[in-house]
Amino acid sequence: MVKLLFFAGLREQLGTAGEEIELPAGVTTLAELREHLKSRGGNYERVFSGKALVRMALNQEMAQPAAPVKAGDEVAFFPPVTGG
Amino acid sequence: MKIAVQREDFDAGAEMRALSRDPRVGAVASFVGVVREIPMTLEHYAGMTEREIGKIVDEAKSRWRVMDCTVIHRLGELKPTDQIVLVAVASAHRADAFAACEFIMDYLKTRAPFWKKEQTAEGTRWVEARASDDAAADRWTEKKEPKRYG
Repeated sequence: MVKLLFFAGLREQLGTAGEEIELPAGVTTLAELREHLKSRGGNYERVFSGKALVRMALNQEMAQPAAPVKAGDEVAFFPPVTGG
Repeated sequence: MKIAVQREDFDAGAEMRALSRDPRVGAVASFVGVVREIPMTLEHYAGMTEREIGKIVDEAKSRWRVMDCTVIHRLGELKPTDQIVLVAVASAHRADAFAACEFIMDYLKTRAPFWKKEQTAEGTRWVEARASDDAAADRWTEKKEPKRYG
């Protein structure tokens, strides 16, 4: 299982703060995971194919799309940060 | 070193006095961010936030002579004039304290996972990241590092 988390505007657009999923066959990187979520259609397709930037964190560290993902990981998706 | 992410307000004066108890400290530089004009709600990625701020502080310590440091960031509903964030850095001399404080603040704005949602008369809206904040953080990675005081 992989733990997915969604924050801020993404959470609101998707209507959920997160979920646990089995990694689908063929999904080995964050980019592929993102494509998988996009393929769900509806709000997911809107969020993950829209113009708005989506940042990713892997196990609470900022990560690039090519980063490998495996069972047990925590993957977060969120807009560019606006604290401070 | 103190890193806190909290709903409660903070006493910047008390935090700065706590940083100057060590007799080797000769300078405490600080920054306080304040809510300007529009009420807002702040959310964060619990766990990652504290780690990310810790990494930023470690990076500052590797660049300047930092003796101690306090970073407090608030969460939840805040209104105009409320304090949002405190960065305070203690060092032997002002040059290191000023530079490290500014560096930590610039990096915090572009790396720590916080998000602001504003409550305007027309409704709520998520604040968008600003290119000028990225540019401010990028200054520290360029060769022409911001000028240091003597």
